[in-house]
Amino acid sequence: MSFGPILSALHRHRTAAALIVLEIAFTCAMVSNAFFLVSERLNRMNRPSGVAESELLVLQVTGFDKTSKAQAQTQEDLAVLSAIPGVREVASSRQVPFGDSSWNTTVKLSQDPTQESRVNVSTYLGSPNLFETLGLKLAAGRDFTREEYVEEADALATPNTTRSLIITRAVAERLWPGQSALGQILYMGNYGVRVIGVLEQLVRPDELSGPTHFELSVVLPVRPQLKPVDNYLIRTEPERRQEVLAAAAAAIERRPGRLVVRQNTLEELKNKYYRGDRAMASLLVAVCAALLIITALGIVGLASFWVQQRTRQIGIRRALGATRGQIVRYFQLENFLLATIGIALGMLLAYGINQLLMERYELARLPAQYLPVGALSLWLSGQLAVLGPALRAASVPPAVATRSV
Amino acid sequence: MLYYLDLARRSFARNRVLTSLMVVAIALGIGTSMTTLTVLYLLSSDPLPGKSDRLYHVQLDPMGKEGYHPGEEPHLQLTRYDAETLWRARRAKHQALMTGGYGVADPQRAELSSFRVDLRYTSADFFTMFDVPFARGGPWSEREDDARARVAVIAKELAEKLFDGVDAVGRTVRIDQHDLVIVGVLERWRPTPHFYDLHTGAYDEVEQVFLPFSTSRELELERSGSIDCWSETGPASTGLHAPCVWIQFWTQLDSPDEAAAYRDFLVSYSEEQQRAGRFQRPPNVRLRNVTEWLDFRQVVPSDVRLQTWLAFAFLAVCLLNTVGLLLAKFLRRSREIGVRRALGASRRAIFAQFLVEAGCVGLAGGVLGLGLAWLGLWVVRQQPEQYASLAHLDATMLATNFVLAIASSSIAGLFPAWRAARVPPALQLKSQ
Repeated sequence: MSFGPILSALHRHRTAAALIVLEIAFTCAMVSNAFFLVSERLNRMNRPSGVAESELLVLQVTGFDKTSKAQAQTQEDLAVLSAIPGVREVASSRQVPFGDSSWNTTVKLSQDPTQESRVNVSTYLGSPNLFETLGLKLAAGRDFTREEYVEEADALATPNTTRSLIITRAVAERLWPGQSALGQILYMGNYGVRVIGVLEQLVRPDELSGPTHFELSVVLPVRPQLKPVDNYLIRTEPERRQEVLAAAAAAIERRPGRLVVRQNTLEELKNKYYRGDRAMASLLVAVCAALLIITALGIVGLASFWVQQRTRQIGIRRALGATRGQIVRYFQLENFLLATIGIALGMLLAYGINQLLMERYELARLPAQYLPVGALSLWLSGQLAVLGPALRAASVPPAVATRSV
Repeated sequence: MLYYLDLARRSFARNRVLTSLMVVAIALGIGTSMTTLTVLYLLSSDPLPGKSDRLYHVQLDPMGKEGYHPGEEPHLQLTRYDAETLWRARRAKHQALMTGGYGVADPQRAELSSFRVDLRYTSADFFTMFDVPFARGGPWSEREDDARARVAVIAKELAEKLFDGVDAVGRTVRIDQHDLVIVGVLERWRPTPHFYDLHTGAYDEVEQVFLPFSTSRELELERSGSIDCWSETGPASTGLHAPCVWIQFWTQLDSPDEAAAYRDFLVSYSEEQQRAGRFQRPPNVRLRNVTEWLDFRQVVPSDVRLQTWLAFAFLAVCLLNTVGLLLAKFLRRSREIGVRRALGASRRAIFAQFLVEAGCVGLAGGVLGLGLAWLGLWVVRQQPEQYASLAHLDATMLATNFVLAIASSSIAGLFPAWRAARVPPALQLKSQ
């Protein structure tokens, strides 16, 4: 089959053909970019956190008695919690992954004020078994020993008491690219600390400074001073989470004056943290589906119109010996041609839109592999859409040619 | 005109599927763009209409030499020392220092258990400067600020929860075991965005309890929001001399001259602090009014902007689709047009006839789109976002919706009607 007759037919209907090509181009450009945006969001949501996400529970507790010894109250609470059946580990923690507060500080390579090699990190402070409770994994080095732990009040009053810390691999790569971080000294404020361990991963609760900072956190062997609202972390078996969470909340509320402000599984906190991304991804998928459906229906409408208009010509071709298959293929080829022009334009447009998004929303460049997604979806939906009208065209009897209209 | 309407009705009856497809496409496009536009409009609204150009947010650069790059944006908040000093200088018509906090409220009633409340520590001018509406009582006085008085202004919701409709003024609210005397109860107030402190959430509700900043320091209540320290703080990062920024400072300056004078004052204050050795960087001040401040902080989530773009691109595709279908539909009736033209109908008459038909499609799509926008906003309200409860259509947006519906349907109808009007009378009468 040659393109000749198709091209001359399209030339006769160039306005309508141009409109459908434009529609295909817009849809193609939007679908490619939307798929890219969706995959970016999904990647974000699938980033590993470095903690035992499916085993952790978080209790936010208040109602401590400020007058008596603070640490004793936490110790008693933790003892009550660890006695609950199903609880594997418990710890108090100043901040929790995906939580709503973050304690940040700057670490640097020397005390020289002109030193440019500095990294803003989030600091995890907690009771000595925070490490096991979170389920952190060391890439190198060791965990803190019990003797290394100090009280926060003491640490603040005499800064030099904090002598060791654990950092994430991301922090290590920022400060000592390509080298081992173990045993290195870094500075927080104006005192030095020694790196004794490097973690595979540990996310920080906030991303205020951008997604590249997500893994910049450190753990300090410092027992946090009691705050009016404090976090208890509990590790249990995944299938016992709800039962243990309810039991733990009830046990804490039985303690004098205690009040549970919030009780969640870590998974719930994570879902809440990513709800914006999830909403955006679903919206994009819905809009893409709507776009493809509308474009396909537009193709159906236009093709049916063309089939009706060309009924006589189809009859003549049939009378001259064209098979049904040839008629169907004519309309399929016509649609393929329109879709291809639209897709070619759409790819240029896709890069244009991506350029705009990069300028306005700090988005990455659209990788080339997303272009075929838009192209394929339009070729497919175009062929599906044109099939109905094409079959109707094929059913035009050759006798039509002999009738005068 | 009525005749054209009747013709349009007949035409729709001939092609029910195609017509409803066009109506649904326009409706979907208008529905989604109106939903996202309404959200964008609400999120970028003016929190204090008529006053936002006279309220200014103050920034200074109190940091050490370390990491200094000339011309860099100074910290967004002030140190406690600077905030208290500027507040005491009283160089503006009104000024208030403030920060967020939280505590546990003890209702002192057997049937209610303790609960967590959000607090705001500020100074007397907060209420007059921001035109905060009072249901009962009023703000505390500057004298009470100086005296670290145990007073509080509470939100109406909290008053209702604690006192069951009894006048709360003169009663006490117990926060973290401290009794505060209630001097005022606020009317419902929700400036959008939560402009005066964006750190606690840009679209957050207003705090439940307000108390003097001085009192909060004496009682050592917990603060919330963001705090940045640039050297070792020792025991307290919230001390008077701590090298930490955590306080917002707002002023009311009624004219550009007053604003310029206040800026000069901030520069000379910075120079003075530099001479005293407290500031180690050259003066670097910022004075932005509410509009400039919200613009600078880019409070409207970029996802919401992106969604608006997406919705309008979607509308464009829907319109393109409708133009194509209308064109096909109209030109299919070329013979009918030819006959009418041959019988003496003018081009203008043909144009009018088809514009009426296109207008009907557009109008139906617009009305259906309005319904979809209501539905869309309902969906937005079900989302767990801070701003979800704000998503309602107001008069402005309703009017915008109608304009959008009419505009898009005329855009979709004009071109096909014009093409239909250009069909020559004689040609179409010939047998094909």
